[in-house]
Amino acid sequence: MIEPLDNRAPTRVFLPWIGFWMAIFALGAYCTVLCLSQGLFHTNMNNRFGFGIWIFLDLTVIALGAGAFFSAFLLYILKKQALKDVIGAAVVLGFICYSGAVVVLAIDVGQPLRAWFTFWHPNAHSMLAEVTFCLTLYLLVLAIEYVPLILKNPSLSKNVSLLVFEGQLHKVVVVFAGVGAILSFFHQGSLGGLYGVMNGRPFAFREHFFIWPSTFFLFILSAIAAGPSFLILINKLASKISKKQLVRKEAYDFLGRISGWLLLAYVGLKSVDTIVWINHTAPASGYSASEFFKEASFGTWILFAEIILFGLLPALVLINNRLRKNPLVMIVAPLLVCIGIAINRYVMTLQSQSLPTLPFEEFVLYTPSLVEIGVFGGMLSYGVIVFSLSYRYLPLFPGLQQKAKT
Amino acid sequence: MTKTTPKKRYGMVIDIDRCDGCGACMVACSLENNVSVVPAGAAPHRGLTWIRVYSVTNKKEYPDSDTAYLPVSCQHCGNETPCVGVCPQSAVDVDPKNGIVSQIPERCMGCRYCMVACPYHARYFNWWDPEWPEGTEHLLNPGVTPRMRGVVEKCNFCHGRHHAAQERAASEGRSEIEPNEYQTACAEACPNGAITFGDLADKNSEVAKLAAGPESFQLLKSLGTEPKIYYLTQRGWVRDMATRTPLISKGQSHD
Repeated sequence: MIEPLDNRAPTRVFLPWIGFWMAIFALGAYCTVLCLSQGLFHTNMNNRFGFGIWIFLDLTVIALGAGAFFSAFLLYILKKQALKDVIGAAVVLGFICYSGAVVVLAIDVGQPLRAWFTFWHPNAHSMLAEVTFCLTLYLLVLAIEYVPLILKNPSLSKNVSLLVFEGQLHKVVVVFAGVGAILSFFHQGSLGGLYGVMNGRPFAFREHFFIWPSTFFLFILSAIAAGPSFLILINKLASKISKKQLVRKEAYDFLGRISGWLLLAYVGLKSVDTIVWINHTAPASGYSASEFFKEASFGTWILFAEIILFGLLPALVLINNRLRKNPLVMIVAPLLVCIGIAINRYVMTLQSQSLPTLPFEEFVLYTPSLVEIGVFGGMLSYGVIVFSLSYRYLPLFPGLQQKAKT
Repeated sequence: MTKTTPKKRYGMVIDIDRCDGCGACMVACSLENNVSVVPAGAAPHRGLTWIRVYSVTNKKEYPDSDTAYLPVSCQHCGNETPCVGVCPQSAVDVDPKNGIVSQIPERCMGCRYCMVACPYHARYFNWWDPEWPEGTEHLLNPGVTPRMRGVVEKCNFCHGRHHAAQERAASEGRSEIEPNEYQTACAEACPNGAITFGDLADKNSEVAKLAAGPESFQLLKSLGTEPKIYYLTQRGWVRDMATRTPLISKGQSHD
């Protein structure tokens, strides 16, 4: 029997909490069964909206989950010791985000049993093939990084073989951190490339550097900017709910600073990319950029929100040493960063499909069906459940473990 | 000395000024290719229509108002074919022998990336299990395999007919099919003769002559995808609307 760690959530608090999320998870599972057994007509996607809320969700969680590979890279390769406090939580969050995304992708495709065809008949030119390969391999890396954490549960570590195995895994963690960084670099980029290569969709198509569209690089940069902010948010949320100081302030400060500077670089490059797209790429394809923003639902306000309100503003806040000392700022600014990245993924996924390319086709809006929202909720609850169980049973936070011992 | 097979480039010319929007091409296409029927009341953009006739107006008041009908199917793009490069598992292909952009439903996993990438909105997903109204099953074409739920399908220039013509030619000891042996169902069915199908690479073919004429244009030419479907019209507003012109020099925008 695996026992919870001594100073974690008591059963009377933990059970109702998990019960609530299990109920949502069950609802998501029911919606999943509907889609898999009867078909995707249960969704509100259509022939104009081949990608819906699930792809938006996948792209967003994969970007936010970038905190895992980036923290591992900073801690194990660049030896940034401040991140020791958050690496456990980062690995679990990364695992949740990536495994959840893979499951939702499997529900999203019409013939999930054929997903292995990508490995058998890969199209080397397809960004989606690259995403599939790197995502699968990186999920494996995350699982390997997660195992030592599981084995650190006191009940399991009593077993000598498991203890030795955990020790051996720990020795090669640097290798996995490096492999994870390379794989993540490519799949984060390829996710951006998905849109930038679409030469038939002028809203999404971007200038190329060699074989990679600019979105390839922008997605990498935005993901490593948002990942640390998401880590701050989740750890602060977990601290609030558990009423415990889980992570030292220095770790938050380091994450905030790095998130701010990377976001600032991203906002700068994104602005240049947008200017080139408005003045060159779109007009060269026969479209004036103003056409893309003439519908109120996707007006220029969304561009302003993405780049300025949820981009430049939190970046400037997070690079300011004085502002980072304010606990409220360290919740609001990372929240803005995460929303900004979600808006970017939303725009690339949904706005690009709303706009017709044929001049006699109509502008189409899409609203997800209840079944789609159900699956969305299921994935969210899966994340909460895995994180909660990991918090209760595994030594995610070394600082907290230390306190319990003393 | 090895005998080289001449490279064909199948394409189509659609005379918009002859099209009256009757939809016979859509019906013939569905019957020829076993395109299934979606349930009554299905939401817009959920249907399967390999060729779809758009009704387009010049948005002017009477007596200046004018309507044109544009049948749009897969345009069988000849350059940087948007759907081919994106498919992760090589389920979309351009046949180098004849330029037909084909979909391999047996390999498709239904990710719909090709649909998102297609600028002509000419790809369709099977949202339901394929069904036909009771009593109409005997109308199914035994030469074409119906597609299953969860895969993408689209116009393939009646590939079943192309196969049949090739088999016939092979049985007669010929390596090439004659132009009159292969026609698409929509071209045959059009009562006004608005659709001309054939080999664009054969300069003497009717389709090549029409495509090279001054009244011909391609949909969204500015995207540089070089569709193999051409349209004809004498009406300037239709051409201006459907072609789109690059607002600046294309330059190096497409690598």
